[in-house]
Amino acid sequence: MSAHDMHAPAHAHDDGHHHAAGPHVTLREYATGFVLSVILTAIPFWLVMAKVITDRPTAVLVLGALAVAQILVHMVFFLHMNGKVEGGWTLLSTIFTVVFVVIAIAGTLWVMFHMNTNMMPEHPTLPQSLGAASTPWVG
Amino acid sequence: MPGDCLSENNMSSVTPVEAHWALGRLTWDSVPMAHEPILLWTFIAVVLGGVGVLALLTRYRLWGPLWRDWFCSIDHKKIGIMYMILGIVMLLRGFADAVMMRLQQAMAFGDSMGYLPPHHYDQIFTAHGVIMIFFVAMPLVTGLMNYLVPLQIGARDVAFPFLNNFSFWMTTAGAVLVMVSLFLGEFSTSGWLALSNLGAQNPGVGLDYYIWSLQIAGVGTTLSGINLIVTIIKMRAPGMSLMKMPVFTWTSLCTNALIVASFPVLTAALVLMSLDRYVGTNFFTNDFGGNPMLYVNLIWIWGHPEVYILILPCFGIFSEVVATYSRKRLFGYTSMVYATVVITILSYIVWLHHFFTMGSGASVNAFFGITTMIISIPTGAKIFNWLFTMYKGRIRFELPMMWTVAFMVTFAIGGMTGVLLAVPPADFVLHNSLFLIAHFHNVIIGGVLFGLFAGMNYWFPKAFGYKLDRTWGVRSFWLWVVGFYVAFMPLYVLGLMGVTRRANHFEDTSLQIWFQVAAFGAFLIALGIACFLIQLVVSYLKRDQLRDVTGDPWDGRTLEWATSSPPPDYNFAFTPVVHEIDAWWDMKKHGYQRPLTGFQPIHMPANTAAGVVISALSLVLGFALIWHMWLLAGASFAAMVIAAIVHTFNYQRDFHIPASEVTETENLRTQQLRAAHV
Amino acid sequence: MSDLHLQSGAGGATLSPRAYHLAHEPHPENGTSLGFWLYLMSDCLIFAALFATYGVLGRSYAAGPTGAQLFDLTLVAINTAFLLLSSITFGFAMLRKQKNDVKGTLLWLAVTGLFGLCFLGLELYEFAHLLHEGAGPQRSAFLSAFFTLVGTHGLHVTFGLIWLVVLMVQIGKHGLIHENQRRLMCLSMFWHFLDVVWIGVFTFVYLMGVL
Repeated sequence: MSAHDMHAPAHAHDDGHHHAAGPHVTLREYATGFVLSVILTAIPFWLVMAKVITDRPTAVLVLGALAVAQILVHMVFFLHMNGKVEGGWTLLSTIFTVVFVVIAIAGTLWVMFHMNTNMMPEHPTLPQSLGAASTPWVG
Repeated sequence: MPGDCLSENNMSSVTPVEAHWALGRLTWDSVPMAHEPILLWTFIAVVLGGVGVLALLTRYRLWGPLWRDWFCSIDHKKIGIMYMILGIVMLLRGFADAVMMRLQQAMAFGDSMGYLPPHHYDQIFTAHGVIMIFFVAMPLVTGLMNYLVPLQIGARDVAFPFLNNFSFWMTTAGAVLVMVSLFLGEFSTSGWLALSNLGAQNPGVGLDYYIWSLQIAGVGTTLSGINLIVTIIKMRAPGMSLMKMPVFTWTSLCTNALIVASFPVLTAALVLMSLDRYVGTNFFTNDFGGNPMLYVNLIWIWGHPEVYILILPCFGIFSEVVATYSRKRLFGYTSMVYATVVITILSYIVWLHHFFTMGSGASVNAFFGITTMIISIPTGAKIFNWLFTMYKGRIRFELPMMWTVAFMVTFAIGGMTGVLLAVPPADFVLHNSLFLIAHFHNVIIGGVLFGLFAGMNYWFPKAFGYKLDRTWGVRSFWLWVVGFYVAFMPLYVLGLMGVTRRANHFEDTSLQIWFQVAAFGAFLIALGIACFLIQLVVSYLKRDQLRDVTGDPWDGRTLEWATSSPPPDYNFAFTPVVHEIDAWWDMKKHGYQRPLTGFQPIHMPANTAAGVVISALSLVLGFALIWHMWLLAGASFAAMVIAAIVHTFNYQRDFHIPASEVTETENLRTQQLRAAHV
Repeated sequence: MSDLHLQSGAGGATLSPRAYHLAHEPHPENGTSLGFWLYLMSDCLIFAALFATYGVLGRSYAAGPTGAQLFDLTLVAINTAFLLLSSITFGFAMLRKQKNDVKGTLLWLAVTGLFGLCFLGLELYEFAHLLHEGAGPQRSAFLSAFFTLVGTHGLHVTFGLIWLVVLMVQIGKHGLIHENQRRLMCLSMFWHFLDVVWIGVFTFVYLMGVL
């Protein structure tokens, strides 16, 4: 992506060069990220512990969305991800990874759901040898 | 009719052995040589051969140079060569397995049970697959990429030279572990992907050998993937934008992206299986909620990208070869790049075609069937580009070009049978039949192996300073090509007739002739391999006549041909600047004269033993885990961590080649070049 | 063969000659940051496979205990707080590093390590409790998946802590030299990445398990 300067000055091993040791970080970045993360953590915990949303699919969606949001907060504010770091390659590789993660997880769930539906016999609850045959575990 | 008597898995020595405090479950019974004559003779041969090699090394005082200049080397060129040697050595082992199978299947009909009992036969087909994929194809492909990518992009080495060395030794450790299974214990009987006999159902050491050799080698491969990606992204010569890279470098970039994005899934799947075996978890068990189909799903999510990892670099090789020997720029560079990227991405959404028959139903099967067929399109585009490159070119049929033409024909056939298999209803008939075996050997031999031979013949002079002997190469070529067709076309027929794979005995004697023909094909291939080995020896003996003095024996187009053969340690005395695709061709066209003075000291990474040491420890760890030697396992693991930490305390990892030495080397080259023009 | 004679061919004398090599050694950008990021992406994929496994097997209780019966969300909330706090304290360490303040860097790294240890300790306590209740990884596929996913994350934290200590020793010994700064960058990425994975864990395993 980047064509190097043809007359790159030869310099001895750099020490303390900012660009070589990572992007510049600020307190504000971390503070913002932290506050957002706290909020985005507190909300889902509250939602579940106080049983706010009764409809399970809705709850799953909301929790999922909050998780994605917080992951993005971490990526941007803690991991300093943007399109310019490393010539955009970290962003590109992240996108590629996310796409693949989605394919692998969604694909697995889809495939296994169909496999289970078609191929899994009715399960006996427990093998007899275990003794605690049909008594459900009680906490 | 379908072959019957599928090899049963007789579990050997399953009587639970009381774990010894130091030796775990390793006992004298674990040494199978006592009752297996084949193994005994193999062992004797290996010992004799090994002693012979060690004796030679001692006689010629090569231990020092071997350790210092090769084992500890972080030079990508040396590491690349070591990968190739590993791959070729393991090819002999893997092919021996193939010959044994062909013989058994040619003999075992009706009353004759052949010479391999089912349990042994199962290990052979498992070892054959594991070795060929993980310890032949992967090292050979990795070796070529390692050797060539830095040279093609005008760099001095890869991004992480120490990691490169470490990756090689981890791969070797995995190979060694597989070889040890020949003499201590046994190997897995579950096929190359361990699809059957999961977890606790097969408690013997065989499956553990399988797991740990793959896990160890997998670490090496993943790190190598990261290494090459960063190399290509970060270390290209000035002026070499992405769309000016050689096509082989492009395919390497995509291949390594595939590696990094797929091997972790293999790691995870094997970890889950290990947990089932060692801890008693219930991932793939039949009860307590486990689901064996999940393993199949996960392993193929890795497995399909894996085959593209094998073939994409070879597509790159063909692109280089076709352009060079047609004396024409590659046709459709841009579409080649796009086709490669599209194949890379699509390879992630086809994996279910490996288990259409497992029962996911019509909608799922249809989706994956369609995606599988779509992926053949960019591959077809590539073939057309190669053909258009050849059209109106001034073609020289040197060996690499011969292999390329053989590839185009053979791979096209194999690809077509793949598209046939992609149709789920057809696959329901052909899944796990010999038709499938024929298909994947067709594409792997026709694609990967032919590509590797093309690449080896093409780049051998660069690496060693002399060409490979053409006569023996041509003999090897014809024996391989004819042998391949004779060995595998009968399998297509047998598969269509319904014969199942991995069978060690058949009742229907009318099938025997096909197997005998196939065995003859294997014999031809054996001759082909022999000719290849002879080619290596003869070329060495005739090296002065075959010498490559200019560094550019084929009138090449890419930057590796700008260096001497073999290149100096530092590759390029001055970093090249690139202006066009086919940078070296551009330089030659513009009459570029390489500089004769003004050499600077060159900054290089230093050799280290850390890679060998940590990998050796991982080998011990793997062995200990296999045999349940918990003490040794714990100790070796701790030692590995400590060795790694100690390595990080070494901050002095580089040195400078003085300008005087560079000058001396370059002057020698100048003299050589002058002499060549006389 | 390769033609090194000067040709008056292409372009002729009127075209300015192209430079085909650099007179001086260029300084290629260091690849450690990108390389480590790619490693993290591969690690991400291992976790993806484990999450997929959990997704498939997460309801296979085998008539054993369910997540709702087992998970103590207060404990999980505390652990989440530990990890999040450790992330911000690592950030403080990086800010100190930027100012070339060795002591400050080491101090905040130590605090980070402490939070990490608290996280691990609490998690081990949770595991021990589950084992005590007979809800170990062998009990059901759900529990196998749970222990493996959460346990793998914990293992990563453990390795991170070992790395942290080693790096603290190295910074103490050599100061914030360039190489150590690079290593800090990598550890920083690693540490934040673990927090990212934890977001996935507490959401998809614990919170949705209790729903």
